Amino acid sequence: MKGSKMLFEALLREGVDTVFGIPGGAIINVYDELCNYENKIRFYLFRHEQGATHAADGYARVTGKPGVVIVTSGPGATNTVTGIATAYMDSVPLVVITGQVPTSMIGTDAFQEVDVTGITMPITKHNHLVTSVEELPYSIKEAFFVATTGRPGPVVLDFPKDIQTAEGEFDYPEKIEILGYKPTVKGHPRQIKRAMELLKNSKKPLVIVGGGVNISGAMDLVNQFLDKFGIPAVSTLMGRGVNPSNEKLYYGGIGMHGTYYGNYAVANADLIIALGVRFSDRIIGNPKTFAKNAKIVHVDIDPAEIGKNVRADVPIVGDVKSVVSEFLKYDFKTDFSEWIEELQEVKRRFPLRYEKGGKFIKPQYIVEKVDEVFPDDTIVVADVGQNQMWVAQYYKFKYQRSFVCSGGLGTMGYALPAGIGAKIGVPDKEVVVFAGDGGFQMNIQELMTVRRYDIPLKIIVMDNKALGMVRQWQQLFFNCRYSATILADNPDFAKIAEAIGIRAMKIEKPEEVDRAIEELARSKGPMLVHALIDPAEVVLPMVPPGGDVGSPLVEAPYDENLVERILSFEKSRGE
Amino acid sequence: MNMANAVREHLVSMLVHNKPGVMRKVANLFARRGFNISSITVGDSEVPGLARLIIMVKGDERIIEQIEKQAYKLVEVVKVTPIDPIPENRVEREMALVKVKFGDQKQELFQLVEIFRGKIVDVSKEGAIIEITGSRSKVEAFIRLLSENQIVEIARTGIVAMNRWNVVEKEGF
Repeated sequence: MKGSKMLFEALLREGVDTVFGIPGGAIINVYDELCNYENKIRFYLFRHEQGATHAADGYARVTGKPGVVIVTSGPGATNTVTGIATAYMDSVPLVVITGQVPTSMIGTDAFQEVDVTGITMPITKHNHLVTSVEELPYSIKEAFFVATTGRPGPVVLDFPKDIQTAEGEFDYPEKIEILGYKPTVKGHPRQIKRAMELLKNSKKPLVIVGGGVNISGAMDLVNQFLDKFGIPAVSTLMGRGVNPSNEKLYYGGIGMHGTYYGNYAVANADLIIALGVRFSDRIIGNPKTFAKNAKIVHVDIDPAEIGKNVRADVPIVGDVKSVVSEFLKYDFKTDFSEWIEELQEVKRRFPLRYEKGGKFIKPQYIVEKVDEVFPDDTIVVADVGQNQMWVAQYYKFKYQRSFVCSGGLGTMGYALPAGIGAKIGVPDKEVVVFAGDGGFQMNIQELMTVRRYDIPLKIIVMDNKALGMVRQWQQLFFNCRYSATILADNPDFAKIAEAIGIRAMKIEKPEEVDRAIEELARSKGPMLVHALIDPAEVVLPMVPPGGDVGSPLVEAPYDENLVERILSFEKSRGE
Repeated sequence: MNMANAVREHLVSMLVHNKPGVMRKVANLFARRGFNISSITVGDSEVPGLARLIIMVKGDERIIEQIEKQAYKLVEVVKVTPIDPIPENRVEREMALVKVKFGDQKQELFQLVEIFRGKIVDVSKEGAIIEITGSRSKVEAFIRLLSENQIVEIARTGIVAMNRWNVVEKEGF
């Protein structure tokens, strides 16, 4: 059997039915073989390899299955780098197959040759250059095994052209074991007992729900855990979907743009049970003052995360799902009603809020409206920046794996292609993409992919004519000196969508929002809403970088001059 | 300053799959996490297909703990064993080849080689090549005693080391 055929046979055995990519010279044999698998494997052609990689990532995040990307060597491979790094930071299982020049030419600076394993080493869980057709079946098995077990992550398989055409024996291993690679699933019983004893003696416990809960599929168990012991919870950006039946137990997001009361809970808790959390700098602010009154129980499948950014009083290495089900076996009476009353009081005094009224559309209102109009199990994909934070703050996620965004790497341009991948992964659910004007233009070419496959994606571009989050920092920390952040010359995104053949609507008045979102929800096919939003709106509250999470900014002056500057630019263009 | 924050040199022994690029992966990992390698050696181990890396790295206790945990994240790494920081509990060797000019100090040089139990492995009219083996501090002491204009070339193997029989080997993490 030829190497390229082995690849597809292996994909079928791994249960892969969807592949994303772009062909090229060094992978042409694989794409030729694809013709023989057309009725078994759905292939999606993208317009840029970054788009294909983000799509595979979005697909993986909503389905839990590995996303598969096939691209060519050289620039094809380097174009996937941002997508791979995005997946690596958020622990998303990907298998990226890159074509490579023939083994005899490796190292000669051949046409479209690049050292793929070298380049992707720091952003992959594992990578491997296939050096013979004999090792190919094992290498593919290993790639899927490593990508999907333990803490998931992207794996790159570099596949030289001569091995694609070489003949060999196809003996695909059912199961493999790698010496030295054995992720710990079950938490240590003694540590679990210690954690539960701390909980029993605690007055102000708090559960922090992280991305690991979504990855491990443990959200239902976590909700049960909260309800059973009456423990309040907060979530990181990647840990959305917490939905205990007692509403008083959930206090929203934490960190830089978390809720005031969520961060208050962290700053005042005496016990933190962190589930699948890596304590990123965006969550902890100043590591010296973070949760200084609390004992920390840290549950994570990756031992390297424990003790990396914050101290752990009780380290539990294991899969969150397994550990929380052990927690649930404990039975003792707890009463944290005083603590919950304290948090309720803080929530009443410092709610999430924004100025309503005024002549501009408020982005927060769009998010609330989408939450109201779209079904409960809608998948929401956000880009990066202000749009992402508004979605994270104002959308009430009720299910695991329902919020998709680039949390760790913060990749602008992620949402559109990831949304395409998500919709391909769960075609029965609505998928809404939120993007800002800056990020949307970074992978705008994938509107063509939406059209090509007629993917009924609902896209909302919230246009504040700026690289909004950086502009917000300039507003708050750089005396309103807007260096290189104003995009007053943005195009009409509705017209671009229409030119491609996607239905679109442009809105600029607050009273137009309801109708547009309702229209978007009704639309059978893909549709884009281009919303011109308040150009001076900021995301609040905000913990300044490295600041104390207990004392975020809750107010900021509104910059009229900025609004004037953007409006006058439009006038000067005769709009 | 307490012990945990004290920066010192740590020796770590790593059993790894002997595959192309594995040295690069380990070295890269250390570099990107900001750990400074001062010595790295590699060779076959007691298990066919596995190689042993001995790495010397500078840092405090927290860094050394991170190194072990991060190293385990590489699929190629099978086992990480810290080498006991107390010199009496370990055996440590490094070898250096030193090419020297005799100048007018030929006799002193021969005496020095004698004292350090070195070997003269090549000799000519102008100079010699000396082989010196021992702990890193011994090798460095020998080199320090040579005058700068005597030394033509130095090549060192880097450190190989293992815990003594009576040291209970701890699992890396």
